[in-house]
Amino acid sequence: MWRAQRRHGREGPPPLTEAATPQPALAVEHLSKAFDGRIVVNDVSFSLEPGEIVGLVGLNGAGKTTTINMILGVLAPSSGSVTIAGLDLADHREAALGVVNFSAVYAPLPGNLTVAQNLRIFGMIYDVPNLTDRIGEMIDMFDLARYRDTRCGLLSSGEQTRVSLAKALLNKPRLLLLDEPTASIDPSTADTIRGHIRDYAAREKGAVLWTSHNMYEVAAVCTRMMLLSRGRILIEGDPRTLPTEHGAASLEDLFIGLSREPDERASS
Amino acid sequence: MKMRRIGAIVLRQIYLLRGSPTRVLPLFAWIAIDVMLWGFITRYLNAIASPGFDFVPAMLGAVLLWDFLSRVMQGVTMAFFEDVWSRNFLGIFASPLSRAEYVSGLVLTGIGTSLVGLAVMIALASSAFGLSFLSYGPAIIPALLVLFLFGIALGVAGSAMVLRLGPAAEWLIWPLPAVLSPFASVFYPISTLPVWMQPISLALPPSYVFESLRAITNGGHANYTDLTFALTLSLGYLVAAAAFFAHVYRVCVRTGLIARYSAESVS
Ligand SMILES: Nc1ncnc2c1ncn2[C@@H]1O[C@H](COP(=O)(O)OP(=O)(O)OP(=O)(O)O)[C@@H](O)[C@H]1O
Ligand SMILES: [Mg+2]
Repeated sequence: MWRAQRRHGREGPPPLTEAATPQPALAVEHLSKAFDGRIVVNDVSFSLEPGEIVGLVGLNGAGKTTTINMILGVLAPSSGSVTIAGLDLADHREAALGVVNFSAVYAPLPGNLTVAQNLRIFGMIYDVPNLTDRIGEMIDMFDLARYRDTRCGLLSSGEQTRVSLAKALLNKPRLLLLDEPTASIDPSTADTIRGHIRDYAAREKGAVLWTSHNMYEVAAVCTRMMLLSRGRILIEGDPRTLPTEHGAASLEDLFIGLSREPDERASS
Repeated sequence: MKMRRIGAIVLRQIYLLRGSPTRVLPLFAWIAIDVMLWGFITRYLNAIASPGFDFVPAMLGAVLLWDFLSRVMQGVTMAFFEDVWSRNFLGIFASPLSRAEYVSGLVLTGIGTSLVGLAVMIALASSAFGLSFLSYGPAIIPALLVLFLFGIALGVAGSAMVLRLGPAAEWLIWPLPAVLSPFASVFYPISTLPVWMQPISLALPPSYVFESLRAITNGGHANYTDLTFALTLSLGYLVAAAAFFAHVYRVCVRTGLIARYSAESVS
């Protein structure tokens, strides 16, 4: 992948410190989306470095899913750009999406295929090498051996989420998008899953963009978080230090305080 | 284009067919019923009409070839509907699978399933009613090819319509072949149609196929110039259908319909 991208930036000798300054896994620049004149995502810019887990939080309707849909290429931005591992999404859709994957409650895997069948089909679509081994690894990681030959539609919602996460890690994505991944998971499994995602980011240097309404979770997993309000990023920083920096007792208080008066804050 | 990605779409359909008699049965059941119905009708017509004219290739053959076209179209749309039914658009369209790879997968699936139908049709019609497609001579090859290509074009265009209009549009596109059949000169020459209908007929590639096959059963020859024209025309429709699909897809990505398909329509 690195080699393929270098074709685009061939001027001059390669920088000596390339390892020290890796390409961002995701760069979003001035991204906006309006539906029928109503602005839902408003001039959002941010980037994710490899290995980073970044939380994207905000009220219902703040524009989180819309942002993720634009990064996944299923929604065209009104303006702005998305660059994944150095590849512009608009110009290199297939190559860019090859190093991305995602999991979302509203996008379960087809319920009429078994866990193993779904993983095989998506593994082929993502062109995963040594697919059979990789499927085995994922089934072990998410404790799915028992359900290997069960149709996904029969699984509990938490089990379906695990299958969806297994699919999301199949291709060892450089960028992983998780839209409320633990929304229907019991606390113990949620904890295990958070562990897997953290391991993944650390080991494979994958960047993770994680939306959640659980502030405890955001503080526990994310190295950085962004608060989205009415389509704008209001604040950004380390979830552990942000509350004190803004004079709030907890992340939850900060969230509530900031999302209630977005216009005031944005104009200050 | 990666063969492995196209293969994934085909494999998905194989998995689904393997576990589902509801999907396997329609591949040949309706064809088998048509063979029977039209087989007996032609047998009866042969009995009451003046001897010398054989209704079997003229009518049974025509019905079955038209069925074949419908099967090709439905093979393509069926594979597409699987993604509609299982709400899989996000998984499919947010992946590195390109539109061309996806549509190629649907088309390959359609070819596979319709060949099953064709085989059953030939076996049944020849054993029970003595119909042989070979009696048409070598013209059957371009004829089948035209019906193939036009069926695929219909399937791709139908899928695009369902993508744009929502799942309920399935009902709009199933009967598409039936809507076209009066114009396609399946049973009667184009000249039978009133003058205002004839241009529509001339714009449909299958018309040329059935005109030629009719000429053969009447003791004449296939018109290879017409068949070549029909082939070119079918290819043109196929390219247009692919362009239509691409256009609809772009509209859906702009409006957000891909991500919100259950809404059926977003501006
Ligand atoms: N295709 C669309 N057409 C019109 N409006 C849309 C479309 N998609 C999203 N919206 C609107 O955009 C706004 C942002 O929606 P989005 O799904 O991004 O919110 P969210 O931050 O993910 O919220 P939640 O936390 O509830 O998941 C909502 O008000 C929604 O109604
Ligand atoms: Mg959302």
